[in-house]
Amino acid sequence: MSAVNETLDTVRSVTESGYKWGFETNIEMDVAPKGLTPDTIRMISARKEEPSWMLDWRLRAFEAWLKMEEPHWARVDHPRIDYQDIHYYAAPKKKDGPKSLDEVDPELLAMYEKLGIPLKERAILAGVEGADEAPQRQIAVDAVFDSVSVATTFRESLAKVGVIFCPISEAIREHPDLVKQYIGSVVPVADNYFAALNSAVFTDGSFVFIPKGVRCPMELSTYFRINTKNTGQFERTLIIAEAGSHVSYLEGCTAPQRDENQLHAAVVELVAMEDASIKYSTVQNWYPGDANGKGGIYNFVTKRGACLGDRSKISWTQVETGSAITWKYPSCVLHGVDSVGEFYSVAVTTNHQQADTGTKMIHIGKGSRSTIISKGISAGQSNNTYRGLVKIMPSASGARNFTQCDSLLIGENCGAHTVPYIESRNPSAKVEHEATTSKIDEDKLFYCRQRGMSEEDAVNLIVNGFCKEVLKELPMEFAVEAQKLLAVSLEGSVG
Amino acid sequence: MNAISDTGAAGFLARFAAMQGRLPGDSTLRLAAANAFRSLGLPGATRGRRVEAWKYTSLQALGGMSFRAGAATAPAAKGIVFVDGRFQSGTEKNFARFADRADFGELSWPDRDPMAALNTMLAEDGAIFQIPAGIDAGLVHLTHIGTDGASAHPRQTIRLGAGARMTLIETMSGSGCYLHNPVTEAHVADGALLTHIRIQADAPAAFHLATLYVAVAAGGTYDGFTLNTGARLTRTEIHASLNGPGAVAHLNGAQLLSGSQHADFTSVARHAAPKGTSRQTVKNVLAGQSRGVFQGRIEVARGAQGTDGYQMNRALLLSPDAEIDTKPELEIFADDVKCSHGATIGELDAEQIFYLRSRGIPDSEARAMLVRAFLAEALDPVTNDTARELLEDAVARWWEGQAA
Repeated sequence: MSAVNETLDTVRSVTESGYKWGFETNIEMDVAPKGLTPDTIRMISARKEEPSWMLDWRLRAFEAWLKMEEPHWARVDHPRIDYQDIHYYAAPKKKDGPKSLDEVDPELLAMYEKLGIPLKERAILAGVEGADEAPQRQIAVDAVFDSVSVATTFRESLAKVGVIFCPISEAIREHPDLVKQYIGSVVPVADNYFAALNSAVFTDGSFVFIPKGVRCPMELSTYFRINTKNTGQFERTLIIAEAGSHVSYLEGCTAPQRDENQLHAAVVELVAMEDASIKYSTVQNWYPGDANGKGGIYNFVTKRGACLGDRSKISWTQVETGSAITWKYPSCVLHGVDSVGEFYSVAVTTNHQQADTGTKMIHIGKGSRSTIISKGISAGQSNNTYRGLVKIMPSASGARNFTQCDSLLIGENCGAHTVPYIESRNPSAKVEHEATTSKIDEDKLFYCRQRGMSEEDAVNLIVNGFCKEVLKELPMEFAVEAQKLLAVSLEGSVG
Repeated sequence: MNAISDTGAAGFLARFAAMQGRLPGDSTLRLAAANAFRSLGLPGATRGRRVEAWKYTSLQALGGMSFRAGAATAPAAKGIVFVDGRFQSGTEKNFARFADRADFGELSWPDRDPMAALNTMLAEDGAIFQIPAGIDAGLVHLTHIGTDGASAHPRQTIRLGAGARMTLIETMSGSGCYLHNPVTEAHVADGALLTHIRIQADAPAAFHLATLYVAVAAGGTYDGFTLNTGARLTRTEIHASLNGPGAVAHLNGAQLLSGSQHADFTSVARHAAPKGTSRQTVKNVLAGQSRGVFQGRIEVARGAQGTDGYQMNRALLLSPDAEIDTKPELEIFADDVKCSHGATIGELDAEQIFYLRSRGIPDSEARAMLVRAFLAEALDPVTNDTARELLEDAVARWWEGQAA
């Protein structure tokens, strides 16, 4: 099927069904009372059966958070967030492992079906005994159902090569030395307001450890979903790639349709040792609010990777179409000699969405290189901002950066902004930055139209072409999904 | 006298208190500016208070200084001459003195910009040019001379009537440690053309903090170029607003720095009407432990369709201890626009050096040639012959200073 036809199908299916992922699953939840106090943190820590050092670490973060102020430098605007009006913990009630899919909560199964998870995997995800043999699909899924990882698949085949892929709560219990060594090493507890909040109250997330010289045999992925009403999600992800290892991690997000704004403040930390490489891909499609800007997710995320070893590489790819507000700057700290940082981003905003996103590339190691490709598309009454920093430290001789930020405007009521900061303190470093802003080229549109394409199809085609440099960086499955998402996101914003 | 013992912001406020009654013009405006300056302070001089507009430039060094009002005289120079912010000599047809006809204009924001507040509070004199519609005022030279220990706050207004033309060349120089804090307001009416060349070669110990506000009406052109080679600390802040359809603004510049100089070029080109064009190329050449700053923003207001904005910032780092901080911003609220910016930072191209060396040119000479070529290119936007000659002289002087 051609991309255009596929896009059309997607548009049709979405137009008919409203927000496709906008369903809500009524599963019995174990919910903490609203509000944030040291007791809430103690309760989360106890529920997770955490060692005392973890609780102390959380309380330190909470202390720091209390002294901090919510940042207001981003070009986003929202009503004041009442941090005492949020549930900080929600977990599906634990039952004994079901014997077959028939015993699994039908609500949960229905949810997997809507998410398009294959039957076999559904059984594994739901914790059916004996279901996790003979993987058919080479993607390992660690499903984060609200705050608790319901189950983790493919663990055994990963374990064979020594890869650890599990919920971080489990890693804290079973691999405390690794967690203790690296958690907070890239994003310190008091790094910023939202990171401090996350450090205090994170409930779950993924932990990945790739041992020396291992090439992870499959793509690792996590489906994040937000479910219970008013539950902020505070995931914590930690990926450690030892010397010479390689891993590709996918993160995809969908969320039920809601009226109230929901806060999401995740922290992702990546550590790459000598010659290791980490590829981190995200497709973010959380509920963006309705056409009048009511509702939608607040996505305030801190993502940062440290290229500690020589010749290490961290590559971020993101397709951001969802959320009412996105505040996200996946960054790379390039310590290693000849280390490499990459950032490929597509951010689409429509209606009243606000996105303030970009990256930071901190060059410390000699010969470190970074590439930034950012494509922003704004439509409706939305505002889309690229904000980034390229910093060359005096030690980074021969460092190299190339940045390209392009913005596309659709309609006269949106805004597109570019705020790059470039700081260089080494003459042998070479930094290049380019940014353009324009609307869809009339000539291209005319060319498509005179060949019989509808205006909407033509726009989709041009937008996909505009984003191609970024989309091609995504793993196969995501590239197709992302292309559909772009079309869906822009539906109705033309003409 | 209090004014001498107090330093920094307090010193300026003390001076204002002492001479308040004798200053020309609207005293309520001055009082409001004094209040604004009191609360804004000198950026970077108050611990814990950070302002995004002054992210890379701190006036902390100014906080420990005290200055007197101007009193000195200097040898005569070409055109109209101001010494320490006070008129000394020269005549010109459409020229008037601020001291005689205090005109604070309407474009400045003393409530927001601390240096404009300081100027509004203490301005005693300054050049006022009013060119009637359709008149070509030709080339006008305006010279500013600073002397040791003084702080000058000249207030300048340039008003061009419809279709009027003028080329204004400002040169700044002096000796010793002084502060030059001019506020210049330029109104370019329909179809008028103002070419504004600023050559800042202030004394090595001086502070130069200039704020320019520019308003361009339909079909008018503001063609500005600033060369900064002098002063230990320089800030050139330009706010240009393209208010009428088809307005044009050029905000070009070059900064040549060495030693421990710090120069900040900050500008905003605001497209408030359709079909405007803004062009900007700013080049930095940084030697020694110098630090160059470029912050340039192109703003396109809702409805300013057909805008064409272009901005280029290039920096050449000649020393391992030099630093460049660049922030080129786009803020766009209209869809039918073409806006782009670019920034490049690096040292001399190794291949170009190799090319020259392979032809028998010694390394140091090859480098000199390439730097001069980079500088010559920076002056490309200047078309007025006299202005170009003066700029080339200033560049050559700077380069000779480096070689010595």
